[in-house]
Amino acid sequence: MTLQAVLFYLLAAVSIASAIMVITRRNPVTSALFLVLNFFSLGGLYLTLHAQFIAVIQILVYAGAIMVLFLFVIMLLNLGDSQSLREVISLRKLAGVGLSTAFLLEIIYILGFRVSDFPAGEVTRGLEIGTVEYIGQKLFTDYLFPFEITSILLLAAIVGAVVMAKRKLD
Amino acid sequence: MENNYLADLWNSSPIVCVVLTGLVLLLVESVRRGSGRLSYAVSLVGLASAGVLIVAVGDVAQPAFNNMIVQGPYAQFFTVIFLVTGILTILLSRGYLDRQGIHRSEYYLLVVFAISGMMLLAYAMDLIVVFLGIELMSICLYILAGFMRTRGTSMEAALKYFLLGAFATGFLLYGIALIYGSTGTTNLEQIAKSFAEHSASPMFLVGVSFLLVAFAFKVAAVPFHMWAPDVYEGAPTMVTAFMSTGVKAAGFAAFVAVFMRSFQYAGSPVNDVLAAIAAASMIIGNVTALAQVNLKRMLAYSSVAHAGYILVGLAAGNADGFMGILFYLVAYVVVNVGAFGILSLVEDSNGQKLSYDDYAGFSAQRPFLAALMSIFMFSLAGIPPFAGFFGKYYVFLAAVKADMIWLAVLGVLTSLVSVYYYLRLVILMYFREGSGDVAVRPTWAAMLSIGFAAYLVIQFGIFPSIVVDAALKVF
Repeated sequence: MTLQAVLFYLLAAVSIASAIMVITRRNPVTSALFLVLNFFSLGGLYLTLHAQFIAVIQILVYAGAIMVLFLFVIMLLNLGDSQSLREVISLRKLAGVGLSTAFLLEIIYILGFRVSDFPAGEVTRGLEIGTVEYIGQKLFTDYLFPFEITSILLLAAIVGAVVMAKRKLD
Repeated sequence: MENNYLADLWNSSPIVCVVLTGLVLLLVESVRRGSGRLSYAVSLVGLASAGVLIVAVGDVAQPAFNNMIVQGPYAQFFTVIFLVTGILTILLSRGYLDRQGIHRSEYYLLVVFAISGMMLLAYAMDLIVVFLGIELMSICLYILAGFMRTRGTSMEAALKYFLLGAFATGFLLYGIALIYGSTGTTNLEQIAKSFAEHSASPMFLVGVSFLLVAFAFKVAAVPFHMWAPDVYEGAPTMVTAFMSTGVKAAGFAAFVAVFMRSFQYAGSPVNDVLAAIAAASMIIGNVTALAQVNLKRMLAYSSVAHAGYILVGLAAGNADGFMGILFYLVAYVVVNVGAFGILSLVEDSNGQKLSYDDYAGFSAQRPFLAALMSIFMFSLAGIPPFAGFFGKYYVFLAAVKADMIWLAVLGVLTSLVSVYYYLRLVILMYFREGSGDVAVRPTWAAMLSIGFAAYLVIQFGIFPSIVVDAALKVF
């Protein structure tokens, strides 16, 4: 087994185990910290796929920024009482479980048995596609327009956040 | 690769103009605080100049920015709808916002940015631009829905819309990712080629169905309509007007651009799914609307039903259906701006006076407004000679031509059901005695825009060829 395969199985095992821990732990802070572990192992998986840029973004944005937000919200909401998080099984939830299981099976079927549908050219291009240089180059040439629109989108979101969060109503 | 950015900028100048208007509005507020009136004027001027630019750019199809967007008749048709909706909404909003005590300049900024998002949807030639357009439009609307921060229902509407909308965005992105995975491109033209060649690829079809879910959510079609009644009821009335007109038209602009123009799905399983969604929307929308007491909720369910009628044209998937959709959208948008405009005039500062009973005897107090409201209701019910009739006529004709006679029959039957709840309002206004305490203080701008909407409804109802000719050029 090559080093890459060993790394893959190791990271995959960690990410699955931590994902299970996220949904089985009663304590929300513990769940959140396992989610961080999950994000880290996913970041490692991206690295083994030569996607350096996404790996770094995964760690910075998800494990860093978003998880800090999660933890803040958990602390602000004071969800420490695990009694209040007890599950109640209802018909609606069972239907939800059924639907998501069917959805999971569909995805497994598509991704597992139809890999040949991937266009051949894309696989060979994979090595350079994940580097920062490549993404930067694409972003400022081919995807310049969407890139500029994103700035407007963020501006609108900032204005919205200020409108919503402003303490004084004038 | 040679790029002529000046030509690209010229081709996209209407979008640039609307975005710049938004940026100017942002500066206006920072220079002069509490400058609601100035922002009102700036946004109107900005939207009007975008309208001038869209005519000046011309209707020759030209791609811009590396085929990310395409300027052409399609973009032009929808942009005109968005700009007219935006201008009418802003004209009607000022008085309404004053009455409700929420006249702040951020309102105009968010409306203008939302319009730029809608225009992106009409221009989009790439799924990434579709995604950004939908997000830009939706984020502004989440905030607008909760603009009345002191009112619980408004906040509830904003939160509901935001949470469900974020979920729908997840579907949209996942769908785009799957389509990219199976075709290796996000460009709509190239995806269309791939769709024609490998229509059996299951990964691609799952991606398409995810896009379907996301778009059906944005246009409030059954079974993704659950947010609509609460959000329409809770949001400030003029925001609801904007939502049910501009946003719906924008949702369909993306829907039609992706499915009809690009995928050219007709004859594939997608067709049957669309027909089923259309049928369910018509039945559930119309039947549930019967039981409503609040007029905003009634119009919300009516908007679900109208999404169903428009989807009939999409399910038919032929040239008539395409033309029918465009005509229907124009008719629906002008009628709804007018109807919601009247609701916003009658509504009092506590958000009351929105039920059927409040309109009893309305014709005695405000004969002109009552007559206009009746015109809007007749048009929504699809009674000639108003524009709504021809909208329905064209989409049902398309369904018959596409051998979907059951869908056309269902459409006619559900329209008959809808006559009851639309005409109930007319009967209440004209044949019942009211308590007589409806205080309406319309501004000139509001009366002008409602009158203009009514004029368009009659004009397009008697001379539908104006819109039909424009729609035929698009195809």
